[in-house]
Amino acid sequence: MGRYSRQILFSGIGADGQNSLRDSRAVIIGCGALGTAQAEALARAGVGRLRIIDRDFVEDSNLQRQTMFTERDAAERLPKAIAAVNHIQQINSEISLEPEILDVNYTNIERLIRNCDVVLDGTDNFATRYLINDACVKHGINWIYGAAVGSYGVTMTIRPGETACLRCIFEEAPPAASAPTCDTAGVIMPIISIVAAVQVSEALKLLTGQFAQLHNSLMQFDVWRNEWRKIRPGGPVPDCSTCGLRDFKTLAATGNDFAAVLCGRNAVQISPTMPTAIDFHTLAERLSPAGEVKFNDYLLRFRAGEYELTVFQDARSIIRGTDQITTARSLYARYIGN
Amino acid sequence: MRIQVNGESQEFATEVSLAELLAELSVPGDRVAIELNQKVVRRTEWTNVTLQENDKIEIVHFVGGGAVRERSARGL
Repeated sequence: MGRYSRQILFSGIGADGQNSLRDSRAVIIGCGALGTAQAEALARAGVGRLRIIDRDFVEDSNLQRQTMFTERDAAERLPKAIAAVNHIQQINSEISLEPEILDVNYTNIERLIRNCDVVLDGTDNFATRYLINDACVKHGINWIYGAAVGSYGVTMTIRPGETACLRCIFEEAPPAASAPTCDTAGVIMPIISIVAAVQVSEALKLLTGQFAQLHNSLMQFDVWRNEWRKIRPGGPVPDCSTCGLRDFKTLAATGNDFAAVLCGRNAVQISPTMPTAIDFHTLAERLSPAGEVKFNDYLLRFRAGEYELTVFQDARSIIRGTDQITTARSLYARYIGN
Repeated sequence: MRIQVNGESQEFATEVSLAELLAELSVPGDRVAIELNQKVVRRTEWTNVTLQENDKIEIVHFVGGGAVRERSARGL
């Protein structure tokens, strides 16, 4: 226990708390700026099992704020979940790590949060947060919302049945493209550090049963305007459609695939609802007459004229060079298959 | 009439509802949560609540983060 001695000395945690952390599983959904900060802190704190989920790969533009990643990760285009796990293994080899390279959606969210003690939000979009909210409320799992844009960040801890849920406070996601994003407003690292630090502190309290210490608020910080404020969301709203009426509409969706424009990246993601394992050797052989193909253990990249297709092992693909869903779908059908 | 908005005192000449105050301050109503005197006011109530002298309002913006799924569609 030598490595945790300073944390055990801290009266809020102690030896019992450290054992609780060791016996816990935390799920981090989205391993970008917030997610890497959360993952590193929880790993160092000795949380016994970390499930790290991300759909994307490391790029140069991530390195300014996504603290665990290196230039080499970007050069190798490693999936973020894998790059994160590689680094965490060197930080704490005593914990068990469960990387998941996939797009979180209604087909997999309930499996991904199963048997976990807390979910930390490291996502970059509203839709996934409502999905997390539905799944966590349905299964009674605590989750910690966090987001940052520019120099501004917010966080709130949701304990189903005890506190307001995300939908109690924000009944609907803002209309598409109405809210500023990091791709339109930028983001600086210090606000990430603050939001992630509060999320991790809350996770440590939840995992050690220190519920009285939770901040019980919707906190907001602006490190440029120097504002730290909070509001008190209170208990569950009785007629909230999610936690009051238990209508988990984001989990009940249907369809054959998802296509999503990745705003600001001139790219579209196509995710088959039924993932199929792709053999990169076979696919590379098939595609190489049509254009340049490169692949590693986790993803294959194929350049076809002005377009670049990145294909993951579960057949999900990010198609760069267009923001048109129909164009992306036809490229996907032509090169990867239906 | 003086109202505290995010800790700053603001003067209003006439009686205003919460919805009118947000419009006056150009606050995007579709992505904020509002607390009035330490109690969250649901969106459906914003037009019904008339502000009083010395009311304290806190406005929290709902932010998403890195990217927005600007448009999404299903079904091939």
